[in-house]
Amino acid sequence: MKPLWIRNGRVIDPANHVDAVRDLWIVDGRIADTKPPGDAEILDATGRVVAPGLIDLHVHLREPGRSDKETIATGTRCAARGGFTSVVCMPNTTPAADNTGVIAFIKQRAAEAGGVNVFPAGAITKELAGEELAPIGSLKKAGVVAITDDGRCVQNNELMRRAVEYAKMFALPVLDHCQDDNLSADGVMHEGYWSVALGLRGWPAAAEDVIVARNILLAELADWHIHCQHLSSARSVQLVREAKKRGVKISAEACPHHFTLTDAALKNYDTNYKMNPPLRTEADRQALLEGLADGTIDCIASDHAPHCAYEKEVEFDAAPFGIIGLETELALALELVHQKVLSLPALIEKFTVNPARLLGLDRGTLAVGAPGDVTVMAPDWEWTYDVTQSASKSRNTPFHGRQLRGKAVATIVAGRIVWREE
Amino acid sequence: MSAVPLMDAAALDRALTRMAHEIVEQNPAADALAFIGIRTNGVPLARRLADKVGAICRCAPPVGELDIGMHRDDHGLRAELPVVEPSHIPFDVTDKTLVLVDDVLFTGRSIRAALDAIMDFGRPRRIQLAVLVDRGHRELPIRPDFVGKNVPSARRERITVRLAETAGRDEVVLEK
Amino acid sequence: MRFAWKHKDLLGIEPLTAEEITYILDAARAFKQVGERTVKKVPSLRGKTQINLFIEPSTRTRTSFELAATRLSADVINIATSASSLVKGETLKDTARNLEAMNADIIVIRHSAAGAPHFLAARLKASVINAGDGAHEHPTQALLDAFTIREKFGRLSGLNVTILGDVLYSRVARSNIWLLTKMGAKITLAGPSTLVPRVFEQFGCRVTHDIEEAIRDADVINLLRIQHERQRKTMFPGIGEYAALFGLNQERFARAKPTALIMHPGPINRGVEVDSEIADGARSVILQQVTNGLAVRMAVLFLCTGGKL
Repeated sequence: MKPLWIRNGRVIDPANHVDAVRDLWIVDGRIADTKPPGDAEILDATGRVVAPGLIDLHVHLREPGRSDKETIATGTRCAARGGFTSVVCMPNTTPAADNTGVIAFIKQRAAEAGGVNVFPAGAITKELAGEELAPIGSLKKAGVVAITDDGRCVQNNELMRRAVEYAKMFALPVLDHCQDDNLSADGVMHEGYWSVALGLRGWPAAAEDVIVARNILLAELADWHIHCQHLSSARSVQLVREAKKRGVKISAEACPHHFTLTDAALKNYDTNYKMNPPLRTEADRQALLEGLADGTIDCIASDHAPHCAYEKEVEFDAAPFGIIGLETELALALELVHQKVLSLPALIEKFTVNPARLLGLDRGTLAVGAPGDVTVMAPDWEWTYDVTQSASKSRNTPFHGRQLRGKAVATIVAGRIVWREE
Repeated sequence: MSAVPLMDAAALDRALTRMAHEIVEQNPAADALAFIGIRTNGVPLARRLADKVGAICRCAPPVGELDIGMHRDDHGLRAELPVVEPSHIPFDVTDKTLVLVDDVLFTGRSIRAALDAIMDFGRPRRIQLAVLVDRGHRELPIRPDFVGKNVPSARRERITVRLAETAGRDEVVLEK
Repeated sequence: MRFAWKHKDLLGIEPLTAEEITYILDAARAFKQVGERTVKKVPSLRGKTQINLFIEPSTRTRTSFELAATRLSADVINIATSASSLVKGETLKDTARNLEAMNADIIVIRHSAAGAPHFLAARLKASVINAGDGAHEHPTQALLDAFTIREKFGRLSGLNVTILGDVLYSRVARSNIWLLTKMGAKITLAGPSTLVPRVFEQFGCRVTHDIEEAIRDADVINLLRIQHERQRKTMFPGIGEYAALFGLNQERFARAKPTALIMHPGPINRGVEVDSEIADGARSVILQQVTNGLAVRMAVLFLCTGGKL
């Protein structure tokens, strides 16, 4: 493969405190610091931003089991179009990723797709049932980068404690979808003014807060990392902020839909606004913005959750939770920069050095010798999202037709351009 | 729009008086007579005719108010809906000679609706039609028995009847 | 006199203006008279087809809508399925497609899922009338309640209306809250704190958990049925405790205003929400509500099909 010469872009590499216009070379799939001999493929990045390949640590690729919603091939194509070079896929597949066979299948499919990097997360409990530990050691050997029961949440605190202690042995971070099943039972949206006005069952933010609090205490007890996924509640942000001050090994992520939309959007019963955790109030949204600005929230992730059209086109109560998000994620995140909530380098941290550090990956950096994963983006590119052109098999998004500002223009994995804007 | 006066208060009153005499002439047995005014302007006109007829034959024919909103043939075809109100017919219409009263007779559709509406209340022996103005352009085979004034008009023109009871003065004007 | 009615559907009270509500109540007076004549029929909806789609069962509301349509000369077809057979078989979307293929003019839908009428209205050219969707709204119930109150008091503005019972899961309560606040009445909601949470204050209501206080100055007491089917065991300890704390018994009723009206959307749990004698007594207008329901539904059907939209 010819070396790749990315010319004249504004290179922002938070891991190495770089923010300057300069050239970048990728030789033999790795970042190099000098121009190699012979000719190179040239990618002109004038006027563009060049960042380490973005990492999305929360996506659902649906294979094995629900390839009608999405496959690893189509999901990774979405990732590439969205500017992501690595994704962490969740274990709530059918069968669940609670055994080495499924992990091997996922890795094989990812290799066949030949696009972005796929890092599987393994299950905490068998079949995500929350009763017995999955074979976490074997899963680590098979190549998982984290364990989570996402889709579900371990309710038994004793079991969660033991899982965290056990995971520590293998240096595997534990990711948690923080939801108390009893407080949230039967709910389909946030409990508040809008759930009452719409006559839908809601569940309170306390259902998330109580598990975030549980995780903070268990992370302290076990002295190991728990990462709270997709925070949606002001109180959760506050709890994580206070726990970090005490030095607890707790981290958090937020999804673009939670920091962009509120529960008022559900007014027309459009199931494209139904997800878990649900959209909450403006006060919660503001707290998420503050948490992103002050570093309480370490990462941004999409929770890309494809569902077939026929599954979503039903009465609100019956629709599954979730929306796709890989292709709109960067633009919605760049809104934070446009609205001066975050600087561009600080935003890029949340997609690069922070998730890489959490997961122990040698990614999210443009240091010499690091894997040649690069995202080239145009932060001011104005475009309109047309979901009918999406690479996903599914169409469940609330952002169809939305005017966006900011886009990836080239996605490079190990020195090979896997996607570029025409 | 320019307004051409067609009838002033005096002319209107003379027309009603003449119509009252015609009604009595056609209906010697005035005690079986009853008047039904079609909302809105037909009602005060019906009362006036009933009073005049009553003065001529020294009787007191009853007067009813008929709402035709539920019997129109243009339901769902126009941007605006009629305001429907309860009809008020305080007597039995069966076996009576009814004089149906309206202000302007135009396409005839309102009268068709009124005939249907009256049939919901019973079975009159006879129905006659009295209108203050007949402006032509009939779309149904409806003809009046008693007419105040014939006014040939173009379709686009508007004929407006104003009555003291509802508008403060009596007049009939044509607006081009 | 003419009025521009702009709604193809009636999905709830919330989207209506006070003027539109007044128009419906005024029209209902005319339609009530139709039921008092020998010929109880008018031709306004002649040739139109109404389909009653009652996924959640109900005999009284369905019969009321059927009679309303028939008195307007429409043809009526009843489709009643339980929610579970709909899940096993046809989806709501396929049901909508089939309804479209039948070229129905009006669909009256009752469904256990909030938002189901919106779902159909967005996909069908027909007028969709909400006969109750989950805990969301039951607009014709609120309209007939308002008609009944207005018939007795001549107005709605300034009256004290108390709604008593399971407010949280009640679509009747919600529709009444929207309507009465738009028309200037003062609403008090009363019941156990788990069923009448403070969030309702954001809807312009006073919330209390003391039944005596709630009914003391009430001009209208609207009793809600304690619902077994949607009740979770965690919400309150049981019928006995509810009746003891919140039931409208003779002793409490004696302390209400002598002119206070007693209303109930039905069916009544005698001895639980209200004592039998009160439900059948002189100040109960429960039966008039049923009669008025027919008039109000005729008015709604007339209006939603009447304008060229």
